Amino acid sequence: MIYIGLAGIYLLGIFFLGIFMPESAYEVNYAEKLIPPCADHLFGTDFMGRDMLMRSVKGLSVSMVIALLAAGVSSVLALAFGVAAAVFGGKLDAIVNWCVDLFMGIPHLVLLILISFMLGRGAKGVTAAVALTHWPELTRVVRSEVLSVRSSQYVRAAYKMGKSHLRVAWEHVIPHVLPVYLVGVILLFPHAIMHEASITFLGFGLPAEKPAVGVILSESMKYIAMGKWWLMLFPGLMLLLAVMLFDVIGENLKKLWNPDSGNE
Amino acid sequence: MQGDREKGLEARDVGFRYGKNGSWILKGVNLTVRPGERVGLTGPSGCGKSTLAKILAGYESPLEGEVLYDGSPLPEKGYCPVQMIYQNPEQAVNPRWKMEGILCEGWTPDAELLRDMGIEREWLKRWPAELSGGELQRFLIARVLGPETKFLICDEISTMLDVITQAQVWETLLRAADRQRLGMLVVTHSTALAKRVCTRIVSLQEINQS
Repeated sequence: MIYIGLAGIYLLGIFFLGIFMPESAYEVNYAEKLIPPCADHLFGTDFMGRDMLMRSVKGLSVSMVIALLAAGVSSVLALAFGVAAAVFGGKLDAIVNWCVDLFMGIPHLVLLILISFMLGRGAKGVTAAVALTHWPELTRVVRSEVLSVRSSQYVRAAYKMGKSHLRVAWEHVIPHVLPVYLVGVILLFPHAIMHEASITFLGFGLPAEKPAVGVILSESMKYIAMGKWWLMLFPGLMLLLAVMLFDVIGENLKKLWNPDSGNE
Repeated sequence: MQGDREKGLEARDVGFRYGKNGSWILKGVNLTVRPGERVGLTGPSGCGKSTLAKILAGYESPLEGEVLYDGSPLPEKGYCPVQMIYQNPEQAVNPRWKMEGILCEGWTPDAELLRDMGIEREWLKRWPAELSGGELQRFLIARVLGPETKFLICDEISTMLDVITQAQVWETLLRAADRQRLGMLVVTHSTALAKRVCTRIVSLQEINQS
């Protein structure tokens, strides 16, 4: 619980700090070019004199907004496909599974680049690419969970005891599938953030003037040979930390909601 | 007693196999359980006892023949008059529910029945994972002893119980069966148990024509 709370506060903090940050916080200031980390600029400044701490926070926040959209779209797709496949079975199940296999068969990064490129790169391209490619794993999870709970003895016994489909769904199926689903959605975030940063890093994503983590990292590559290590180290660490914290939240919730290990 | 001939749970020419090309497990099986009667179903493992039990309880539909309850097919909606108790109680309870909810899913048993079944009050507040198989099984039996239950299908229900508990549980179950004139099908591989609790013993191999 404490871990979840701390991780949540940190991530929400970055998220809102970034959203409400005035542009002046990471303004160009040629008088303070390439300053190593110091008291005024904890993470140093870049070749245009922008404060790297502020840029990193803003960049992570941008990534989180995209990840939020992506997780929203992907999770709704996954829920709809997974439940439909499990409940209706037959042809629909085969089609959904085929789509899942198709998407999972193509390397994820290639798929992201393709979609982003097709939609004209930029924020729109990345968001769509990240949103449209993260549903297959979760679809599989939702489908198998619904299938397993529906065929379980206690659900079949509940029908025999006169429960309607609606009540069984409400009392047995949803409480079983929802926690797994929510954990899946939370664990989508680190993937989405990483993928957004990756394709932006590769130049297929957000434009260079945006303060995105991918942009910061790809810029810093040019300066790494010149010994400007702070340009890459701190933003990279912050990205890593954010991704790991999402993972911590997801894994802890999983433990908490699992009836074998948790039971409240 | 003329009307009684129609009454009962009847398997008529039941045939069943798993999958489309599997071999027939059951073929031309005829079996009738009358109210108040306790039929023991015996046979070696793998001969289809549990399958027949599931078919009679309405968990599987027979591929051939039919299952009749008082002369008509089993109702698909509402509380089913034919209830089943399983071999593995852990699988028949929702691990996310407390015992209280599990016990009262179909009806609300009274305190007397709980005492008879040896169910302690404090167990009601526990999770299924905190009870042993034998303790869980008592809940599952009490759960289906509601007033609307007319037939009970017991599929190896006491295999996981120790001898003393086994005796206790059967005693209570038989008392309830007598009180409500339940018809019972007792699936077991133990002939001793079948002889002790049943009014009639049927060997599946003898009635199965597969």
